Amino acid sequence: MINYRLKRGLKHIVIWVFIMFAIFPIIWALSAALNPSNTLMGQRLIPENASLKNFVALFNNKQHPFPIWIWNSVKISLIVSLITVILTSLAAYPFSRFRFKGRRQGLFIILLVQIFPQMLAMVAIYLLFLNIQNYIPILSINTHMAVIVIYLGGAVGINTWLLKGYFDTISRSLEEAAQIDGATRFQAYYKIILPLAKPILAALFVIQFINTYNEYVLASIMLNSSDKFTLAVGLQMFISENYGQRWGVFSAAALLGAIPITVLFLVVQDYLVTGLTGGAVKE
Amino acid sequence: MLSSWQGRSKHPWTILFLCLFDALTLWGAILLLNDRNYLYLFFLLITAISINYIYLSEKCYPLRYILPGTFFMFLLVVYPIFYNIYISFTNYGTGHILSKEQVIQKLEERYYIPSKPEEYYFTVFKSPDGSKFILALEDDKGQLYLGENGEIILRSNSPEYFIKRNHEGTINSINGYEKLTKKELFKYLSILQGIEFIKNQDSVIRMKDTSTYVLCRKQYQYLPQNDKIIDNKNNKEYRPVDGFFTSSEGEKLLPGYKTYIGWQNYFKLITDRSIATPFLQVFTWTFQFAFLSVLGTFLIGVLLAILLNDNKLLFKRLYRTLLILPYAIPGFISILIWRGLFNEEFGVINNILKALSISPFSWLTDATCTKLALVLVNLWLGYPYMMLIILGSLQSINKTLYEAAAIDGASGWQKFSHITLPLLLVSVGPLLISSFAYNFNNYSVIYLFNKGRPPMIGADTPAGKTDILITYTYRLAFETGQGADFGLASTVTILIFIITAIITQVNFGFTGALEDVKGND
Repeated sequence: MINYRLKRGLKHIVIWVFIMFAIFPIIWALSAALNPSNTLMGQRLIPENASLKNFVALFNNKQHPFPIWIWNSVKISLIVSLITVILTSLAAYPFSRFRFKGRRQGLFIILLVQIFPQMLAMVAIYLLFLNIQNYIPILSINTHMAVIVIYLGGAVGINTWLLKGYFDTISRSLEEAAQIDGATRFQAYYKIILPLAKPILAALFVIQFINTYNEYVLASIMLNSSDKFTLAVGLQMFISENYGQRWGVFSAAALLGAIPITVLFLVVQDYLVTGLTGGAVKE
Repeated sequence: MLSSWQGRSKHPWTILFLCLFDALTLWGAILLLNDRNYLYLFFLLITAISINYIYLSEKCYPLRYILPGTFFMFLLVVYPIFYNIYISFTNYGTGHILSKEQVIQKLEERYYIPSKPEEYYFTVFKSPDGSKFILALEDDKGQLYLGENGEIILRSNSPEYFIKRNHEGTINSINGYEKLTKKELFKYLSILQGIEFIKNQDSVIRMKDTSTYVLCRKQYQYLPQNDKIIDNKNNKEYRPVDGFFTSSEGEKLLPGYKTYIGWQNYFKLITDRSIATPFLQVFTWTFQFAFLSVLGTFLIGVLLAILLNDNKLLFKRLYRTLLILPYAIPGFISILIWRGLFNEEFGVINNILKALSISPFSWLTDATCTKLALVLVNLWLGYPYMMLIILGSLQSINKTLYEAAAIDGASGWQKFSHITLPLLLVSVGPLLISSFAYNFNNYSVIYLFNKGRPPMIGADTPAGKTDILITYTYRLAFETGQGADFGLASTVTILIFIITAIITQVNFGFTGALEDVKGND
């Protein structure tokens, strides 16, 4: 019996060791954000004279407009995830419902393409836009439009497979009934399949939102003026060689930028795991 | 029949969309035609024709759904891959940005003053509103020329100019334009310096100083039939070699141009020692980093999953939430925070070490320490994912297996090593491989933590001791200190593509993802 209790206790201790590891940077960032001295030097876990000075400083920094960076990130992520949901649900529908020539090849190509992370081709993408901007000024380097278009391209592949798999599980009888009643193909898709697929569409939206918000490389290549930065690019620029002088304000910005995503993530965590493992864990 | 779609009428919206699209295409085609960019024009027209066909033909009905999404995929994922392959066979980069035609055009705009210069003394006459000028130019033989609007004509051939002289014979005004005084001349100097007259096809007359104009001759001439450039100044010949017009003595004309150079970039990576040595180090560390990350996160994941996989555990839900926090926080934010904590002088981690009277580590300037820190940070970032998928996988293991083992008197460790681990590896194996591929290209961790530093000393290309292949590519292309080398960067990218493809091939063997495709008949 004692042995059993000892085991129980040990279990909790090991778990707590890892929890300490998990929250270690978060706690210190919180402490730095509340510490008015704004420097790494002599940081204590519980800051003296704790205040919200760093948070106030965030909103009064003309050279580094944090609110604009956060807004840019949110705006780009919202647009990209909304359009991604529309485009991929459209693309997945015929793969699930129609039998046409080239269907298997199409699925295969999409599977093949999504093997290569889009950012691998960053050099080519950058040079492509360097050319495109001579003809289509709204897609110039340093525009949000260009970044959005890039993200859309990267989002289609894997998500089409995810949605197709889900559509396959929806029974066809409702659509058949609707078509007998005279609904067009598109109406069947729009009024029957989409409402039934709401849960996966919502999950896809959130996954895409988080992924877009977190993207750094491509945004850093494409955006080069402070008012256009996303939070990832802006924060990097702000802190990279200035840990000594900007630690507090940075930590405040980091917490503000992280909280919405973290909460969103924790709310939908069960969906995310299903989406991320992509059915590879077979039950 | 359900999968049929025949007999559907075309929606008015489709027609409206097509009209708009075609109008835009036409506009774009005219722009491209003006620019003589026939390659892009070709692509544009092919795209436009296929889109029209797809949305008008009954046979292509399914494609109407698929096309909008895959259009972006082809433009921004597939096309860049092929473009990347093309660039890897060129010398595209700093010093080789322009095309050959553009460089020829630039060179042909260069002029030189011959060793026996033809000089002209000039006087300037200004229109009453001050916006136009006529120049009177006199050569050393006393011939008078008049210059206006970039053209120059002999006075005797231009009776339309009315010249007024004073009693000493100097010109006072031309066509009512008044002569500029010396003072006014300086006022208009910057405008006058921009005025030049075309004498004939290969010479122009330009301002030399405030009293003389001089005849300048075109220095370079391109002969398309021989594909060479002639220097009119000294009759040297320059032929195109590896992106430069080069003389027989090896003298190069700048700037160079972008051109096909075959496998040179690939050979450079293997044979050029100053490039190959750092590349090999980067290559090795990329594998080490990915391997250590996967192994570490898997071990932590298994441990935590087994601890949490216990329905009687108190606070199970709370523990789980706290433990996946690192996964929930945006990666770029936590990496930047970790960098602050690892700061060598004032960082929290070295402070703690000092308090424990352990000598502090050079986390950001010593290669080994930086690698250690990077793996630690990446374990922090990656273990929650492993924990979650292993937790899912553990729940699917049949409980009767353990019961049977218990009856046979197996110890806890035996149950783990003979039942849990083998079954886990089967179900989680594919994810380990894709995790390996992910970390292989884990740009954010490496770049945001320490930008691949500390730098390698004496390397010919910019490389850091903790760079992985993808951050090395970024350096080659975008870190402009030593000039961008898009060609070499693309070559490294191609290698990453190949390695990624091999890893995935292995993974497909595991998951039978290809069988999934085949199952879709």
